[in-house]
Amino acid sequence: MGNLAEELMSQLTCETAFTIPIFGGIGIPESVVATWIIMAFLVILSIWLTSNLKVVPTSKRQVFVETCVVTLQGLFDDILGEHGRKYIPYLVTVLLYIACANLIGLVGIKPPTKDLNITAGMAIMSIVLVQFAGIKGKGTKGWLKSFTQPMAIITPINIMEVIIKPLSLCMRLFGNVLGSFVVMELIKIIVPAFVPLVFSLYFDIFDGLIQAYVFVFLTALFIKEAME
Amino acid sequence: MTTLIAIGAGIAVLSGIGAGIGIGIATAKASEAIARQPEAEGKITKTLLLGAALAEATAIYGFVIALLIIMLLGK
Repeated sequence: MGNLAEELMSQLTCETAFTIPIFGGIGIPESVVATWIIMAFLVILSIWLTSNLKVVPTSKRQVFVETCVVTLQGLFDDILGEHGRKYIPYLVTVLLYIACANLIGLVGIKPPTKDLNITAGMAIMSIVLVQFAGIKGKGTKGWLKSFTQPMAIITPINIMEVIIKPLSLCMRLFGNVLGSFVVMELIKIIVPAFVPLVFSLYFDIFDGLIQAYVFVFLTALFIKEAME
Repeated sequence: MTTLIAIGAGIAVLSGIGAGIGIGIATAKASEAIARQPEAEGKITKTLLLGAALAEATAIYGFVIALLIIMLLGK
């Protein structure tokens, strides 16, 4: 068991990849480097896909891009409604990033979502966006008033929710990615051949994509709730 | 000491029972609903996913607690 605990510990802690030699050295963790790789990949992909767009599509590439964009927007369109349409680009960006982050383990890079700091950062960004949508949708007065809805007595619970929502978002993503990783390690110890391959399809690919969807889906629901 | 830590972590993971039962019931009802009204499949699937994600959260909390027990006490 001590061996397993050590193994888990080494997976939990994020090693410093390199140090920037200014201000007494800023450590850059591995997860940030993985994030940069994903960012570069997504940026280059977007530039390649969106160059040379025409009003009437002539290339297969543009038809493909248009189908993708419409499908991804359709995921959130009926949740957010007309007023929330401006938040869709952010949600789709986060969806693409988390999906790539969960799948990057297949290429042999440590998934950045296995670092608690990354998921916490994204959860904080989500809750800032939710509160911003609330202020913009209802006005500052209406937003403050919404804390006393439906009754004044549950105000502490409403304030607590502001902290609990991102905490649960962050822990869900982190726990799922780490949990599937631990289960995979245990399976690899018991049966080293063939069986891990089958389970990896579920745990690495299906679970990662579902969690990416759930994260943005919940954010969209919170935004809708805050705007009403 | 190690045995006690292992038992504690095991008990923490028992929270998975609730999530399992919850997701099972949700899926059963969802397939029933789809059988009754196949045209509403999209909406039902969305609601099911959301419900499953929320039910799963308890299991995840149990897992995180178990992990913390092993990490912090098992050194």
